[in-house]
Amino acid sequence: MKPRPIVALLLAAFVGIAAALTPMEGTLTPEQDARYRVLIHELRCLVCQNQTIADSNADLASDLRKQVHDRIAAGESDDDIRRYVTDRYGDFVLYKPPLTARTAALWIAPFLLALLGIGLVLRLLRRNRSAPAAATPVDAQRLRQLLDEKDP
Amino acid sequence: MRYAIPVVVLVAMLVLLGIGLKLDPREVPSPLIGKPAPAFELPLLGADPEAPKLSVASLTGRPVLVNFFASWCAGCRVEHPLLMELSKQGVEIVGIDYKDAPEDARAWLARHGNPYRQVALDRVGQAGLDWGVYGVPETYVLGADGRVLFKQIGPVTPQAWERDIRPLLAGAAR
Amino acid sequence: MIAELGHFALWLALAVGLAQAVVPTVGYARGNVRWMALAGSAAQAQFALVLVAYLCLSEAFRQNDFSLVYVAANSHSALPLVYRLSAVWGAHEGSLLLWMLMLAGWSFAVSIFNRRLPSEISSLVLATLGAVSVGFLLFMLLTSNPFERHFPIPLEGRDLNPLLQDPGLIIHPPMLYMGYVGFSVAFAFAIAALVTGRLDAAWARWARPWTTTAWLFLTMGITLGSWWAYNELGWGGWWFWDPVENASFMPWLVGTALIHSLAVTEKRGLLQSWTLLLSIIAFSLSLLGTFLVRSGVLVSVHAFATDPARGVFILAFLGAVVGGGLTLYAIRAPRLVRQGQMQLASREGLLLFNNVFLIAAAAAVLLGTLYPLAIDALGLGKISVGPPYFNAVFLPLMAPLAVLVGFAGTASWKRADFKVAFRPLRVLAVVALVAGIALPYLTQGRGSIAASAGAVLAVWVLATSVQEVWRRVRAKPTWIAGVRSVPRGAWGMTLAHFGLGVWTLGVAFASTFSVEKDVRLGPGQSADIGRYEFRFDGVTHVEGPNFKSDTGRVVVSFRGREIARLDPEKRLYPSQGSVMTEAAVDHNPLRDLYVAMGEPIDRGNVAGDWALRLYYKPMMRLVWFGGVLMFFGGILAASDRRYRLARRAESDIPVGAAAA
Repeated sequence: MKPRPIVALLLAAFVGIAAALTPMEGTLTPEQDARYRVLIHELRCLVCQNQTIADSNADLASDLRKQVHDRIAAGESDDDIRRYVTDRYGDFVLYKPPLTARTAALWIAPFLLALLGIGLVLRLLRRNRSAPAAATPVDAQRLRQLLDEKDP
Repeated sequence: MRYAIPVVVLVAMLVLLGIGLKLDPREVPSPLIGKPAPAFELPLLGADPEAPKLSVASLTGRPVLVNFFASWCAGCRVEHPLLMELSKQGVEIVGIDYKDAPEDARAWLARHGNPYRQVALDRVGQAGLDWGVYGVPETYVLGADGRVLFKQIGPVTPQAWERDIRPLLAGAAR
Repeated sequence: MIAELGHFALWLALAVGLAQAVVPTVGYARGNVRWMALAGSAAQAQFALVLVAYLCLSEAFRQNDFSLVYVAANSHSALPLVYRLSAVWGAHEGSLLLWMLMLAGWSFAVSIFNRRLPSEISSLVLATLGAVSVGFLLFMLLTSNPFERHFPIPLEGRDLNPLLQDPGLIIHPPMLYMGYVGFSVAFAFAIAALVTGRLDAAWARWARPWTTTAWLFLTMGITLGSWWAYNELGWGGWWFWDPVENASFMPWLVGTALIHSLAVTEKRGLLQSWTLLLSIIAFSLSLLGTFLVRSGVLVSVHAFATDPARGVFILAFLGAVVGGGLTLYAIRAPRLVRQGQMQLASREGLLLFNNVFLIAAAAAVLLGTLYPLAIDALGLGKISVGPPYFNAVFLPLMAPLAVLVGFAGTASWKRADFKVAFRPLRVLAVVALVAGIALPYLTQGRGSIAASAGAVLAVWVLATSVQEVWRRVRAKPTWIAGVRSVPRGAWGMTLAHFGLGVWTLGVAFASTFSVEKDVRLGPGQSADIGRYEFRFDGVTHVEGPNFKSDTGRVVVSFRGREIARLDPEKRLYPSQGSVMTEAAVDHNPLRDLYVAMGEPIDRGNVAGDWALRLYYKPMMRLVWFGGVLMFFGGILAASDRRYRLARRAESDIPVGAAAA
């Protein structure tokens, strides 16, 4: 058999999600549980395709969930826990990249672009106001003529 | 001129995407490179529970390869012959058996050969977590001062050995 | 034999596509009308050929012809027929064929409906579509041939990925591709305009229904995809900002901007070069999406199997098509620009801001999607950009848009007196503020700034769009005359804006007030979320056609009264050895109750305790219902009678009048 160059769909990799969602509640206060929920939805599972550790059933994801859980229960802050994970796996595990020199463009550019757009539009509208009313608006006559035009 | 801006943006993006095709998005470099190896204390395979455990302190003084493996791991089988070969050449390899039953590990090593100077058991995977392991096999190169010099993700290939690991070991030994 | 026929048909389609691209273009350059007229026949012939190829592949699936590599990899003799037929687009090669069928279908439609257009426009549009089809056919034939055979012939196929064995997946990809591919028509119109220099209100009127149609399909495709992920992936999420999702969302955002700028170009004859640029970008982003999904440059939950060789091809194709389009734009657009009068206080003035925010939002999605790649390419390490980033950046850019929508109907073209126009809106603004802030307390019993902000915007959008129709209807003496007097285009716009309001409300509530619980339950035990009690009644074993299932039974009670029986499943598909989670959902417009099965706590003991994930998601349905409303809004707008050129003799062209 000729070797197939590809492996069907990578989809297979996330079959069985929610398989090992071992319940761990009971030991956290409601506030702590809320922090736990937020954190596990912010951390990326490394072995998975593109999932948070909350959504993955990979072994590693469940280990990390347990770490997050136990560390919250032990009184660590969210930043402590984030640092714990990034010290081991790097910034890759954070779905919300911290604002640093290398992510500055990521965080600022969209808003900069919106401001630039607004500025350009305002300039365009102001320029128009001062310009003489040179342009003729499309009138019905002209449009009908255009639409009715026969093939040459 | 401003009508040409879109073309410029497009060209920049094509270059970026072209480079992207050559990169592996799944490989995550370790933040531990250049830092001291994370501490651990693990029982040794085959030793009685009272015996002294393996710790980072016992890995300093000479360059060492630390190889995370498991009997259930397919990639480990791939790199195994090379590890056997390296150990014959006198490279010191310490095995950390990751999330595995000792008897399975023992049977696996009996069948395929044992390239390890020592084998430590990381049954719950705590050491693996601290070292940033995300899929066995993974191999760390430690310098004589106990710092992590390099991390091989996935099986150690002959190319990786020649290109990345061997020069490091040679440099670290000097 | 059938496979060879299909394969042959594709090669013929390639030849026809070449003719369709070249002959009319040469004809245009030489002023040869007969050569130009060839475009239509070529498009029709190509559609027939691709349809033949498509039917051949479907037939191979129907017959379980495992001598085809593609069929063997994606089907199984025990697979139900409906899934065998939808398995045609279950993986890379076949989905490309579907894509190609859609492209040929769009070209066919253009050749039929645009016969009355000036022949240089219609033939150049078709020539552009022909050129695009050549690229896709070459891609398929050279790198991804679905008709490839192999030997020895396996006795059994490897089965369709179980995730794709779902009704949502039968219609989601065709809808999505209709949208993606549909933007190629807008692109082709832009190219034709650039080449001929004909860029006026009439051009916009021709291009507009095509663009709206592409947009409405994309809207539906994205909505269905989100709904499928929610039901099938078992994590209760409906949008993850995954690269594949972003790949469909970026063209949607730009397409939405395009629809609005086309309105300005049609009604006022302005913004032509901007409209052209958006037409080119919308299709470019469709192609970029194809590249991202099929080349493996990004890690995604639902990417196709990837192959860098294909990546290189698509990248080259992307460079050729988009590069060609944009270069043409850079050369020709400056000459086509017409200075026009535009006021801030007018509908077109507001639409400019609509475009600013939509484009900034699309740029943010693009940036977030490609940023990890850029950082990696620059050797700066690896980072991830995920939902927290996108939510933080996208939502602030969308909020002003929701505010603007409220003014859409009221502001008149050309020059509006904001004071007069917005007077009736003041009441609505107060209503939105009060109702929006109160809604979280009334329905959820607690407040939240995020939910209130979302609800204020949602009520504002809903109220203003209702008011817009109400104003038009009331202007006529009788109700019926009033309803009739509103053109379909206006109905469509209102409905789509209403859908946006519904969507906003759903997103605000579902993302703020959802409760998620992982619990361990034995038969007879129960867990609570608020006043909802979920009682687990154990599992039964069920044999499906091609799977085995442990079907759980969860009885939900509200204040002690039973309201739903849910049957979440854990399915094993033996042919692929994969386990699937089928969530069970009970829903009404105000809330979803969602149960997904985990594993038995003691792996061997199915009768013992199980891990279950429970969700309460308020107003979840509104998210998709909003999308459906936009879809129908699009249908109404695209079918407005002024687009039906056949009836142009009696057509009213109210442009000048409306503007005055």
